[in-house]
Amino acid sequence: MSCALLLLLTSLALVMGTGTAVEIQRPRGVPQSKRQFYEENKPFTCLDGSSTIPFDQVNDDYCDCRDGSDEPGTAACPNGSFHCTNAGFRPAFIPSSRINDGICDCCDTTDEYNSGATCQNTCREMGRKERESLQIMAEITKEGFLLKQQLIHEAKRGQEDKQGKLTELQGSKKGLEGKMEALRTVKKTAEDPEKEAKERHLKSWEEQKELIRMEKDKTRMAEAFLELDDDADGYVSVAELQSHLELDPDSDGSLTETETQGLLGGAGKVDTSTFETVWSGIKDKYLSEVSTYVMKTYVIQSFPYPKGSPGSGRSNEVSIIRFENANVCTLLSASQSLICGPEFIWICRNLEKEIGFDFGPSAEFAYLYSQCYELSTSEYIYRLCPFNRVSQKPKFGGSETNLGLWGQWAGPEENLYSVMKYDHGQGCWQGPNRSTTVKLTCGKETVVTSTSEPSRCEYLMEFTTPAVCQEPASLDEVLHGHTEL
Amino acid sequence: ECMTLCERAICRCQRCEESTDNEHDCIRALKPGQSPYRALLETLELTNTKLTLQLINDNNKVRLLLELYRLQGNMTRVKINELKPLKPRFEVPDVLINDPPTEPLSLLSQDENGVVLSLGADSQWLIVSAKPFRLDIMEGREVLLSLNSRGLLAFEHLRIRTVTSAELVLNVVCPGWLFSPTGPSSISLDFSLPGVEHVYGIPEHADSLKLKTTDGGDPYRLFNLDVFQYELFNPMALYGAIPVMLSHSAQRTMGIFWLNAAETWVDISSNTAGKTVFGQMLDYVQGSSETPQTDVRWISESGIIDVFIMLGPTPTDVFSQYSSLTGTQAFPPLSALAYHQCRWNYNDQEDVAAVDQGFDEHDIPYDFIWLDIEHTDGKRYFTWDPHKFPQPKDMLQGLVDKRRKMVTIVDPHIKVDSSYKIHNEIRSKGFYVKNKDGGDYEGWCWPGNSGYPDFTNPEMRAWWASMFAYDQYEGSMENMYTWNDMNEPSVFNGPEVTMHKDALHGNWENRDLHNLYGLYVQMATAEGLIERSGGVERPFVLTRAFFAGSQRYGAVWTGDNTAEWEHLKISIPMCLSLGLVGVSFCGADVGGFFKSPSTELLVRWYQTGAYQPFFRAHAHLDTPRREPWLFGPENTALIREAVRQRYALLPYWYQLFYHAHHSGQPVMRPLWVEYPQDTATFSMDDQFLLGEDLLVHPVTEEGGRGVTAYLPGKGEVWFDVHTFQKHNGAQNLYIPVTISSIPVFQRGGSIIPRKARVRRSSSCMEHDPYTLFVALSPKRFAQGELYIDDGHTFNFDKQKQFIHRRLSFANKALSSRNLAPGSQFITPSWIEKIVILGASKPSKATLKTPDGKENLLEFEFDASMSVLTLRKPGVNAGVDWTVVLQ
Repeated sequence: MSCALLLLLTSLALVMGTGTAVEIQRPRGVPQSKRQFYEENKPFTCLDGSSTIPFDQVNDDYCDCRDGSDEPGTAACPNGSFHCTNAGFRPAFIPSSRINDGICDCCDTTDEYNSGATCQNTCREMGRKERESLQIMAEITKEGFLLKQQLIHEAKRGQEDKQGKLTELQGSKKGLEGKMEALRTVKKTAEDPEKEAKERHLKSWEEQKELIRMEKDKTRMAEAFLELDDDADGYVSVAELQSHLELDPDSDGSLTETETQGLLGGAGKVDTSTFETVWSGIKDKYLSEVSTYVMKTYVIQSFPYPKGSPGSGRSNEVSIIRFENANVCTLLSASQSLICGPEFIWICRNLEKEIGFDFGPSAEFAYLYSQCYELSTSEYIYRLCPFNRVSQKPKFGGSETNLGLWGQWAGPEENLYSVMKYDHGQGCWQGPNRSTTVKLTCGKETVVTSTSEPSRCEYLMEFTTPAVCQEPASLDEVLHGHTEL
Repeated sequence: ECMTLCERAICRCQRCEESTDNEHDCIRALKPGQSPYRALLETLELTNTKLTLQLINDNNKVRLLLELYRLQGNMTRVKINELKPLKPRFEVPDVLINDPPTEPLSLLSQDENGVVLSLGADSQWLIVSAKPFRLDIMEGREVLLSLNSRGLLAFEHLRIRTVTSAELVLNVVCPGWLFSPTGPSSISLDFSLPGVEHVYGIPEHADSLKLKTTDGGDPYRLFNLDVFQYELFNPMALYGAIPVMLSHSAQRTMGIFWLNAAETWVDISSNTAGKTVFGQMLDYVQGSSETPQTDVRWISESGIIDVFIMLGPTPTDVFSQYSSLTGTQAFPPLSALAYHQCRWNYNDQEDVAAVDQGFDEHDIPYDFIWLDIEHTDGKRYFTWDPHKFPQPKDMLQGLVDKRRKMVTIVDPHIKVDSSYKIHNEIRSKGFYVKNKDGGDYEGWCWPGNSGYPDFTNPEMRAWWASMFAYDQYEGSMENMYTWNDMNEPSVFNGPEVTMHKDALHGNWENRDLHNLYGLYVQMATAEGLIERSGGVERPFVLTRAFFAGSQRYGAVWTGDNTAEWEHLKISIPMCLSLGLVGVSFCGADVGGFFKSPSTELLVRWYQTGAYQPFFRAHAHLDTPRREPWLFGPENTALIREAVRQRYALLPYWYQLFYHAHHSGQPVMRPLWVEYPQDTATFSMDDQFLLGEDLLVHPVTEEGGRGVTAYLPGKGEVWFDVHTFQKHNGAQNLYIPVTISSIPVFQRGGSIIPRKARVRRSSSCMEHDPYTLFVALSPKRFAQGELYIDDGHTFNFDKQKQFIHRRLSFANKALSSRNLAPGSQFITPSWIEKIVILGASKPSKATLKTPDGKENLLEFEFDASMSVLTLRKPGVNAGVDWTVVLQ
């Protein structure tokens, strides 16, 4: 029942800069901006308008207003908030539930006025420290922001360069493609007559081959006739032929007289002119008495490839065409390898990729591309290659683990470029694929400052870079902007 | 050919269970029939405290000794042992809190068929039939319970045994499962419960509250095991074992406590279980129905028969009876009833600080942050990882500054490492469990090769307790408490992931006392926490393994569950079953341990867990982080609201635990406990009561749009605690729900104290004022209590430093009067607000205080809901006062 005593509070606040003390009276826990709603000795209307209560029920440690506005200085309302002036530091609102809970929340100790907690007023100290750190931060931001401007400038130039290079490459590719097209036409024009000549050449060669073959057959027939005509009477008789068992038509091992007569076309003997007909019937089986080896060789030799020329007058023409064609081919394949070769494709693709990356609103992150940054911990070396991958390698041997490949910018809507997400890293046993979140903060240098694994296989990396430095507000603004007087 | 229990165990170890027919189990294969046992009435001796009588097995002439005791508080103890065992059989020590006081039995009549004994004034008799031997407990003409009526009493007597070559082979395959040198030693006894259709208890099983019949299936198994990803609706053994079964009918509640710590099986059969509703109707119409009856049969692998029959007759009586035997729930520090944030693992000190900060940033209260095994130096308990936790005291001080606390894990497997002090001391003192050859038993667990301290040895326990002293456990502080995990014990390379049955605890095999190990671990740890404070502070120790009596040492949780909806649902019957047999401080891992919960499941689990006794979120190492604020602002708000509801209700929780501690009444109760005649409630396990005044029906269905809650009590009313809407009792009420709904109802006729100012931890709320919620019965009556003490010491007990008040509303006056005149405590807390539900509008409200002062109170009346709110009585919570409404 002692709570009503605590209704009003006299607080001292130092007006920054002047050092003059001013006395302000207002109900405990109310910010200056809302002072007007708490008029002493007048009924108080809850700030949400829900009800009106006598002023002595304001801060009487009983919650009357649904919005908690009648108890800014007590813990009575579940949804109330308490304002600490924190002179010398930054004013703050804390949930009402932290009033008199035995824990010092406001640096000016005003939240613990009835809990027995002994709190020290640390506002000045905190203010000093904050000013110092803000100053440092402001300097960092300032320098960082300058660096960032430079980065943007370089990125713009780099981008232009690359775009230029790409355009140039694409231009030269186009040129080469044009040239290739022309060469292809040349090649085709040259190749058509060659093809005709080649066909003509082949045809005549076939004709010649047939003539040769016939001549050779005739020679062979004459030789066979001579061989068979044992008595040299100008006739091949049944008896003379019968010794050639290989000609046996039913292959029963014996060549009878009737069978032999059949081979001779029913006649008892034949002369050279009639032998022509007989020869065509037996030549496939006939074995020369001289040597089967010679025969076989002969057969093989009768099918030479028509390489070179059998001495026709057109051979010069063919070789000229071939020469020209070789030139075109070399040119073509050279261009082809320029356009389609791995190197060209690689350069083009990388340029395209790089130009296609989201390097931030002003491409300020472009300088990170194709760079890598390492951080060594007690166990591992972590490696961040922005826009590429994150990896981890044990310090004392062992293979590298992929902690994620570049995914996307993943900051909150209003600050998208403050977080990078790398995912689809190496899989975890019974778990997800490894992934890494990289938090970017403003710094003069580009460094990985810390790594951790808050959840199994989900890594967190902190990374400073000038590229996220925002245009610094003036130091005064930073220090005094929200200070309530 | 049937198998002995040992052979069956070997078989299970070989995983050939599938191919083994249960019926081949020798002792279980016994069919009901004529018992070979006969009572030798000429050996009967009756003294002041007990009756003794010899039994003889007519088949093998082995004699047993029966001892019968009538215990104070309406209980009967039946003890059966071999008359002359080859060596003593194991009798469970340290579970009963004392030698249960007896009352004289008087012999009413005796003839050659048996004897009739009086069990006291309630016309209760105990009939001992001689041939065959059988016991019947009667009340008037009604049989309450019969023992050996089915002739299943069995006793494998100890003998000198030569090991067969086949057994030697089995021992190679499954070392440690070989028969003890004195042969198989199983025991068995049947119990028939006429008129009973519902039996409960015998945790721990992931099954429904009402136990199922086991005909044609496996029996319920009690054998403490570290089960990986346990299955639901299954009689398989889990981490803990409490061999206590409750039977209930509209007429009577009874209990059977089978005091045996060996591997135990329970078979349940029922003559009505197989019948359809139609069949039962037909029986009813034809008037031919036999009386419903449940038959139960207990089997244990070794030890003796030592059974306590608790005769009720009410559920409350059974709870008192059981707690008079094994003690009551430890009264936890108030903060242990608040919210616990756990994860395997919080990585390092920075992580702990960040999570702590996260709770403040998101304005979610919590009291305890937990560190799992990774906080240690190489799984050496009582140590810290020097890189991740280089300054544990700084970390703990950071928590002290926020009035918060920590729990670190201390498991009972000790790394075998000669540079580890704990190991060296245990080894040099000979405190390790031994293998059968006398060497230290070793097995694999988290640290690799480990020894297992013999917690059954009181000297070992005393030494263990001394290790928790602040100068022994380096880096520990008063706000650091303990978690005992893996205490079944878990042995990764042991049979069924536990200790070999032939491992030796002194002269006893693990086979004899397996289920006791976990109890002893928690007992020694709790003792350590008490000792380190010089006996001043209440300990808080969480255990995974447990036995009858474990309630005296702290909290248990349902082990390594899974982030699935069915696991959320099963948490209710699992904790209800534990509550029925003494263990009130029960909870399940919020969110589910294995796997990752959907956001909806996580929110629903917080909402359910907020209304279960032990409220801790926990997660497996391989799951993504799931601190409450990681699922977007809407879900953060939902979780915050659930946790805040818990904190606001802490005065009621604390009061319920005071009662659990004081009188053994469960905190979380099945409905039938309070509505024992309402058969509709007998199988309900999707809703529950907290104390007798709050009914909770959490939403446990994915995408749930509504729940149907059963509000019991004809002529009673229930008030929705969120809307204050009044509903009639004895109805199924459909409640449409949204994702923010937690259906909770306050019984008309009750008064519940809350603290509406939810702060960042329960300690911060210590001196806050109370709001009283008075829910009027239809007769405009209400009654409740208010219990207050310092929240953390034993002074409430030793120096009677507490406030216990009766709050009652009758004749339009609400008053607070002292329930404990001998007690004394001063609180700065006061009565902030009184909300009367189901009220009518008074013309004025006057507060009268003992000094004779009268003050008019301002009030508000909501006519649409009949809610009267009295503004700021302001009176101290510890004094007499009356508010009169006119």
